Amino acid sequence: MEKAKYTIGVTALNAIDNPGPGVPVIRALQEAKSFDVKIIGLSYEALEPGIYMHDIVDKSYTIPYPSTGTHHLMNRLREIHDIEKLDVIIPNFDAELFSFIKLEPDLKKMGIHLFMPTIEQYEERQKVNLPEFGEKYNIKVPKSEAIFSLDKMPELEEDFKWPILVKGKFYEASVAHNFEQVNIAFNRISSKWGLPIIIQEFIHGTEFNVTGLGDGKGNTIAAVPIRKQYITDSGKGWGGIAVTDKKLLEITDRFISSTKWRGGFELELMKDNKGDFYMMEINPRIPAWIYLAVGVGQNIPEALVNLALGNEVKPYTKYDAGKMFVRYSWDMIVDLKEFEKISTTGEL
Amino acid sequence: MDIKKDVAVSDSGFVFYPTTGESFSVNPLGMEIIRLMKDDKSFDKITEYVVDHYNVESSTIEKDLLDFIEMLNHFSLMEDDGEG
Repeated sequence: MEKAKYTIGVTALNAIDNPGPGVPVIRALQEAKSFDVKIIGLSYEALEPGIYMHDIVDKSYTIPYPSTGTHHLMNRLREIHDIEKLDVIIPNFDAELFSFIKLEPDLKKMGIHLFMPTIEQYEERQKVNLPEFGEKYNIKVPKSEAIFSLDKMPELEEDFKWPILVKGKFYEASVAHNFEQVNIAFNRISSKWGLPIIIQEFIHGTEFNVTGLGDGKGNTIAAVPIRKQYITDSGKGWGGIAVTDKKLLEITDRFISSTKWRGGFELELMKDNKGDFYMMEINPRIPAWIYLAVGVGQNIPEALVNLALGNEVKPYTKYDAGKMFVRYSWDMIVDLKEFEKISTTGEL
Repeated sequence: MDIKKDVAVSDSGFVFYPTTGESFSVNPLGMEIIRLMKDDKSFDKITEYVVDHYNVESSTIEKDLLDFIEMLNHFSLMEDDGEG
């Protein structure tokens, strides 16, 4: 029987030093066994490398930043859809997820399918809501407090032991050993990402990550835990290895079944010296290291597309432990004409 | 004396623990000792094996073997350290 061919829009083609998941998601889709794909790259900037990878992306279009308003995004997606007839979009940028979740019903009416968390799921796993999330779902989380002003710090000193983590609401974190360092981190991070700033207990230990996929009914469709082996100065994994720790899979199953998580995700966990795991963050999207999951036998983007389209999906139950990813950078030579075309017409 | 079941050691002395993804290197004697441990050999049997195959006093190997086990324990490669 001939395989179906789907036209899939993918964002986050920024395969840079802090890479977006777009390019590895596309590699996964190209290796899908259950369908063939035409890939439509959706980019925010003319210099996102994925635009120029013609064996990865069939056609690229620029789209407006979410901050310009969802109606601009919707209009642009409608224009692209008129030409390309998109079956599915996989949004991969943190900053755009909320807009796409909001647009999901309207996109569905146009025939474009998404498979994303609900607004409630998206909101309750926010960093500022992590303590309540941990309590509600019985998952260990580090003690944390969202603050809007440094005046709150003296009160918090009784509840926290030094060092502490000072975290931005979306990105960035610093370890602080004293008030002066808290001041510096608070001002630096809040000027970039706004308030509140999260003051969090520092858990000494080893970081593990899990990527997975929930079907929205409480079932785990896929789950692959890893330990990052090489972390860059900006905190990004540049090498990692699939591991078999059963506790990680138990926590993942509990997370999916109790929240009825819908869509892809990445859990960031810290294992302390006693062997206890703490949930540090829940990213409601596929991570940039997703191709390792494909490499060990779980093609999460393929399963996500099938769930989005209402196709039958059998849960993955195993993976090959001991396989690693090692990331690298690669300089492409690009004709100025291509840069000109995407910059001026918004298409390539 | 129980090394974790899924600890693997290759012919080159590369030790891999898939639960945590950690890897280590051991010398040929360390590799032999880990293999004996995986075969459920007792402390005394391993000491006997080393004395028979290497020119070393049993009192010396006993101390070194205890140090080696302590190191394996430190890296959570032995059973009963509170981990799954």
